[in-house]
Amino acid sequence: MKQILAALGAGIIFGLGLAISQMVDPAKVIGFLDLAGNWDPSLAFVMAGAVVVSFFGFRAAAGRLKPYFAEAFQMPKATDLDARLIGGAAVFGVGWGLVGVCPGPAIAGLAFGLTESAIFVVALVVGAGLANLTLAKPMPRVPVSD
Amino acid sequence: MENFTPLSALIGGALIGAAASILLLLNGRIAGISGILGGLLPPERGDTAWRFLFLLGLPIGVALWRWLGNPAAALHITSSVPILVAGGLLVGLGSRIGSGCTSGHGVCGMARLSRRSLAATGTFMAAAFVTVFVTRHLIGMGG
Repeated sequence: MKQILAALGAGIIFGLGLAISQMVDPAKVIGFLDLAGNWDPSLAFVMAGAVVVSFFGFRAAAGRLKPYFAEAFQMPKATDLDARLIGGAAVFGVGWGLVGVCPGPAIAGLAFGLTESAIFVVALVVGAGLANLTLAKPMPRVPVSD
Repeated sequence: MENFTPLSALIGGALIGAAASILLLLNGRIAGISGILGGLLPPERGDTAWRFLFLLGLPIGVALWRWLGNPAAALHITSSVPILVAGGLLVGLGSRIGSGCTSGHGVCGMARLSRRSLAATGTFMAAAFVTVFVTRHLIGMGG
């Protein structure tokens, strides 16, 4: 129960962050991605703020044997660069550039109740589901104690 | 650069980082949206509720911000339906194949100085820059 409430709380704070930074708005994201247009560097500041704060979160986690509400930290295990990583990232980047929407803002943006957001999210879920079907184990995660 | 909003960007970013830290420190999970969503397709027994509620929190956070007196918070989406569908499919496929998206690789992965996430973030940023240049400037699709 504690884990479920923590997840909901984290999701709400994440959504607030997307709203305050305006990353929920594809026009704002495209403003960053459009280097040849009227460039808006805001997205880089969002990422910088997020990376700096979570850097300390990860450091705090590294000093603990286990999380407060769970038995183990579930961390990505892979360390090597491979074609799947780079190819997948490239495909994702093309989709992101086409509409200006990535998964977090897509789901958060449903709060605006627009049909366009819903169409995008349905396609996103279908795409992710198709990938899961074709990949054996999409995201191998193991406890770090492993 | 008249649209540049550095302060709200930093504050919003810090909140995203705080959310990622909370999910990690309390539940031991990476706040990667595509990974959390992907774990629901299909749902696995005992591993569903936290994923669903985290994702549900995202629009709740946005609704909260609007309700707190920021009705001007806007969402401008101008893409045609075929582009929305193509974009959504590519984002869903690519983020699962590449094991992450802007949040998982771009925020959490960078924060833990992962070489894979650095490479993935550089790749999807470059692909998105090129895609926007081609669609907005070369073929004038305008999204």
